[in-house]
Amino acid sequence: MRKPKKLLNDPNNVRQEVMQGLVYAYNGKLTAIPDYCAVYGNHISNDQVVVISGGGSGHEPTFAGFIGEGGIDGCALGEVFTSPSPDQIIELTKATEKGNGVLFLYGNYSGDGMNFDISAEILAEENIVTKTIRATDDIASAPLSKLSDRRGVAGIMFLYKIAGAASQFEKYNLENLYQVVAKANANVRTIGVALDGCALPQSNNFNFELEENEIEIGIGIHGEAGLRRQAMTSSDEVVKEMIDRLCDDLPFQTGDHVCVLINNLGALSNTELLVITRKVGIELNNRGIVSHDIAVGHFCTSLEMSGFSITLMKLDDELQHLYDLPCQTLGWRK
Amino acid sequence: MNLLQVRKMMLFTAQKMVESEPELTALDQIVGDGDHGIGMKRGFSSIIELLQDEKFQPTDIGDFFIKIGTKLMTSMGGASGAIFGTLFRTGGKSIAGTMELNSEVFAKFLNDGWQGVYQRGNAEPGDKTMVDALAAGTKSANELTTLPLNEALPIIAKSAMEGAEKTKQMVAVFGRAKNLGDRTIGHMDPGAVSMAFILKYMNDYIHMQ
Repeated sequence: MRKPKKLLNDPNNVRQEVMQGLVYAYNGKLTAIPDYCAVYGNHISNDQVVVISGGGSGHEPTFAGFIGEGGIDGCALGEVFTSPSPDQIIELTKATEKGNGVLFLYGNYSGDGMNFDISAEILAEENIVTKTIRATDDIASAPLSKLSDRRGVAGIMFLYKIAGAASQFEKYNLENLYQVVAKANANVRTIGVALDGCALPQSNNFNFELEENEIEIGIGIHGEAGLRRQAMTSSDEVVKEMIDRLCDDLPFQTGDHVCVLINNLGALSNTELLVITRKVGIELNNRGIVSHDIAVGHFCTSLEMSGFSITLMKLDDELQHLYDLPCQTLGWRK
Repeated sequence: MNLLQVRKMMLFTAQKMVESEPELTALDQIVGDGDHGIGMKRGFSSIIELLQDEKFQPTDIGDFFIKIGTKLMTSMGGASGAIFGTLFRTGGKSIAGTMELNSEVFAKFLNDGWQGVYQRGNAEPGDKTMVDALAAGTKSANELTTLPLNEALPIIAKSAMEGAEKTKQMVAVFGRAKNLGDRTIGHMDPGAVSMAFILKYMNDYIHMQ
C-alpha cells in the first residue's frame, strides 16, 4: 500500500510551526499568542466589532490566512483537523475585543460549535458580548431541508470578506454585522470533489484512498464521504454536474450576479484548475449568470488531498458593495 | 476510595488511554477522520502530567474530577475535548465536597455527567456516540448503588462495553460519520469505545489493588 510522504518536522508540532510560519509570512502585521496557539492582526481599531474565527489546522490558508485589513481579525488554531479548545478562543477574544462585541465566524462542525459555545458562555460571564455565525455552504453534507446541519467549507472565505468589510470599513454594529453575514451565508453554496485522500501528520496511512479510476463527488474537507463515488470521467462532465447541483440548490438564476471561487483542495495542478475554471465560466454563461468576480487558487485546502471545490455567492446591492471594498490578507488580496 | 486512591486510579486510566491510541485511531479512520485516538492521547497525556505534578492538590473528589475535565477540555480541543471535558466537569460539580467515592456517588457522577453531555451535544442513546456507552454504564450504576464500588464497577464497565458494541449496528447521526450513513454499520463508534475504555481501566486498576 502507498505510504504518505510529507516534508514536516515533529508531527506533533505542526500547528505551532504553522503559527510561527504565519507570523513570518505576515511580516510584522500579525501578533501571536504562542501559549494559546492563536493569532490576530495588528490592524484592529477601537471602534469596530471584532471578527474571530478558528478551526482545525490542515486547511491553510483557511482560517488564519484570512486575517488582515478587510478580512477577519483573529483566529485560534486547532490541531490538524481538530477544533481549537475554549481557552484558546477565550484568550484570543480577550486580547482583541474593543468593547463593541465579537462575532464568532467558523465552519459548522460539532467540535467547533461546542468549543466556541463553551467560550461564548464563559465570556458572557465576563460581560463580553458575542454572536455566532456557522458557515453552512457545503451542499453535499446535508439536504436542503436540513440546511443547519450543513458544514462550512471554502465558501467561508466569502463570509470573511463580507464580515471584514462590514466591521472594519463600514463599522456595522454587532447586530447588523450578524444580519449581513447571515444573509451572505444563506447566499453561498459549495460542492467539492476528490480524486484521492490525505494523511494526518501523525499517521502513516491515508485517511482514505480512491481507486485509480475513481472520483468522489461531494467530498468534505476532512475526507467525509460525498454524494457518490464513481468512475473517473472528463473534467467538463464533472464540472457540469457540480454547477447543475449548485444552481439547483439555491437556485441561481438568469441575471443573477455571483462571486465564484475555484478552490484547490491541495494537490491538483494549476493546469487542471484552469481547465476547470474554463468550464465553470462556460456553464455560468450558458445560464445567463453574471460572474462579478472569480478567485482561483488554494483557499480552503485539505492537507494534500487531490481535488477541488466550486463556490458561488449570490450578490445583492449590500453584499456587492461590501465585496468590492479592499482586502489585504495572506490568503487573498483584492 | 479516598481522594489519593481516586487520583492513582485516574493516573492508571490515563496511562492506559494513551496506550490505546493506535486502536482508537484505527477505528476512527473507518468512520471518522482518524484523529480521535490522537486527541484522546493528547488529552490523557495532559492528565498524566497534571497528576504527576505535586502542586496539583484538589480539595475533594468532586473538585478533582472538575479539574480533570477542565484539563481535557483545554488540552484536547475537538468535539471529544468538549464532550469528555463536560462529562468530568459536570459529573465533578454534582459530587462537590465528596471525600469518599462509593457506588452511590459514582452513579451520581455518571448521571449528572451524562446530563451535561446531553446539554452540550444533544446526542441521545442510539445516535452512535460515546453516549451509548455512557448511558449503558449509567443504567447499570443506578441499579448497583448498594454494592461496594469494587463489585459494582466491573458490571458498570462491562455494560458500557456492551453499549459500545451495540453502536456497531447503529447509523451515525452526529459528527463527520453521519455522512457515511449505512457505511458506518458494522463499526463501533470510537467515542463510545473511549468511554467504555475509561470505565474498564478504572475497574482494572481497582482489581489490581
